[in-house]
Amino acid sequence: MLLLALDTATPAVTVALHDGTSVIASSSQVDARRHGELLLPAVDRVLAEADLKLDAVTGIVVGVGPGPYTGLRVGLMTADTFGLVLGVPVHGLCTLDGLAYAADGTGVEGPFVVATDARRKEVYWARYDDPRTRVSEPAVDRPAEIAEAVAGLPAVGAGALLYPDTFPDARAPEHVSAAALASLAAERLAAGEELAAPRPLYLRRPDAQVPKNYKVVTPK
Amino acid sequence: MADEPLVLGIETSCDETGVGIVRGTTLLADAIASSVDEHARFGGVVPEVASRAHLEAMVPTIDRALKDAGVSARDLDGIAVTAGPGLAGALLVGVSAAKAYAYALGKPLYGVNHLASHICVDQLEHGPLPEPTMALLVSGGHSSLLLSTDITSDVRPMGATIDDAAGEAFDKIARVLDLGFPGGPVIDRYAKEGDPSAIAFPRGLTGPRDAAYDFSFSGLKTAVARWIEAKRAAGEEVPVRDVAASFQEAVVDVLTRKAVRACKDQGVDHLMIGGGVAANSRLRVLAQERCEAAGIRLRVPRPKLCTDNGAMVAALGAEMVSRNRAASDWDLSADSSLPVTETHVPGHGHSHDHVHEVSKENLYS
Ligand SMILES: [Zn+2]
Repeated sequence: MLLLALDTATPAVTVALHDGTSVIASSSQVDARRHGELLLPAVDRVLAEADLKLDAVTGIVVGVGPGPYTGLRVGLMTADTFGLVLGVPVHGLCTLDGLAYAADGTGVEGPFVVATDARRKEVYWARYDDPRTRVSEPAVDRPAEIAEAVAGLPAVGAGALLYPDTFPDARAPEHVSAAALASLAAERLAAGEELAAPRPLYLRRPDAQVPKNYKVVTPK
Repeated sequence: MADEPLVLGIETSCDETGVGIVRGTTLLADAIASSVDEHARFGGVVPEVASRAHLEAMVPTIDRALKDAGVSARDLDGIAVTAGPGLAGALLVGVSAAKAYAYALGKPLYGVNHLASHICVDQLEHGPLPEPTMALLVSGGHSSLLLSTDITSDVRPMGATIDDAAGEAFDKIARVLDLGFPGGPVIDRYAKEGDPSAIAFPRGLTGPRDAAYDFSFSGLKTAVARWIEAKRAAGEEVPVRDVAASFQEAVVDVLTRKAVRACKDQGVDHLMIGGGVAANSRLRVLAQERCEAAGIRLRVPRPKLCTDNGAMVAALGAEMVSRNRAASDWDLSADSSLPVTETHVPGHGHSHDHVHEVSKENLYS
C-alpha cells in the first residue's frame, strides 16, 4: 500500500506518503494565499524524498474540509485528477478528523473540540469523544454562539487558538497535517472501513443575491 | 500530419468547463460543461457557483474529450490551461487540474493567455493565422482590439472598453426589457424582427477627439434604459423588437467601424472576431460588408468556438509546442489579471521570450 495524502482546506498546504505502516515522507507549509502554487511542488518533493514516482501510489487521501472554498478546491481537484490518471481510489476525509487524530498523544484526554479558522469571524468545528471518534457534524458558527456547547472542553486547531474567550483551553496542534490524515486513512482501511468519496464540505452557500430589479436610470 | 503536436486544453476562466483536444490546427474534441443555467436567476455569473461547478465537471469533461477525440492520454504531447485573465477562483480549479494531469502523465504544462486563445482558436476553423492578424474580441467579459504578429509571443492591445464589456451591455438591456439572461442570443432574435434605424441610439467614443480604438457602452446602455423608461412612464407599449434592433445596431456599428479602421491604420488585411458576441448574426453580416468594402479578409470561427471552450486553449498550446516555447513550472499561478501581452507563462528557468512593447494594463474588464 502506498497512500498519497494531501490537504489544502486550511492555511496549511500539506502532503504525505504512507506505506501502510508509517509515514515515509511529508511536507507542510502554512501560507493561506498560495495553495495553488505550493501543492504540486510539494507533491514532487515528497515523492523525491521517498525516491518514488507518482505511479507507485495505490490510493489518494484528500482532506475535504470544511474550509474556505478557493484553497479547499486545489487539493480536491488535484486528488481527483491524480485518481483519474492513475486509476486508483480517491478517499475523502474530514479535515477536522485529521486534526483530531493529530491531537492523539498530545495530552488531550476524553472529549474535546476541533476548531479551524473559517474567516469572517467564524470557526469550522466539531466535537470528539476521542481522537478517532467525532460525535457532531462539522459546522460553521461564530465562536460566541457555540461557547455553551464547547464549555469546559479542551480544543485544538487554529480556530480555537484565535478565540480564547470561547476556547480558554486551546492547544496545539494548530494545523492539520497530511501525515495525520494518511495515518488515519491507513488505520481505517486496514480495519476494512469504507472511506467517503471526496466531496467538498463547504458548509456555506455561495454569496449571491438574486437581483430584485434593475436600477432605474431616469432622473427623478 | 502525424508529427503535429497532440495537445489537451483546459479552460475554466468563467462559467464554462471546457476541455478540448487538437492535433496541430485540427480540432479533435471540444467538450463543454456549462453552469450558465445556475447563474441565470442571478442575472450574471456568480464566481463561487462557477468554481463549484468546475470542480464537479472537470473529470467527466476530460473523460468525454478523450473519448470524443479517440486518443489516449498517454499520447498527448502537452497539457495547456488558461492561466488568466478570468475569475480567480474559477481559474484556480482549471490550473490545479491541468497541473495534476500533466504531472501524473509526465507531460509538459503550458499556462496560456485566455485572450490569445480566443484568437488562436480560428486556426481550427480557417487554418494558420495570418501574421499579422487584427482581432476583435467581444463577450460578456472582454471587448478588446488586439494586434497579433505571432500568437505565441506578440499580442499587442490596440484598444479596449473603458467601461462595460459589449456582452454585458446585451445582458443589461435584456434585463431592462425583461428578456432574461444571457442577453446576447435573445436580443439577436428579437432584433431580427425589428427596425435597426427605428431609434437613433448614441455611438460611444466615435467623436473626432475620442480614442480611435477604445469602446464605451455605458452611455448607450443608459440611453436605451431611459428611452424604455420614458415609454413606460407615458403608458405606451415598448416596441421590444425595434429597441433590440436599434440597440444592437449601435453596438455592432461601433465595433465593426473601429475594427476596420484599426486594420486600415495599421495596414493589416486580416480581421478575426472572437468571443461570445461574435455569435451575433448582425455583427457577422455588418463586419463582412465593411471588410469587403475595405479589402480586408474576415475570419470568424463558428459560434461554438467563439464562446469560451477548451479547444481554443489546446489550439494555443499546440502552437506553443510547435514553436518550441518554454513550458510552465509546477508552481504556475492562476492570474486573474494576466496582461494580454503575456501570451503564456513560461517557467522561471527559461529566458523570457516575450516582446513587451506596450503597457501591461489589464484588458480584462
Ligand atoms: Zn472569453
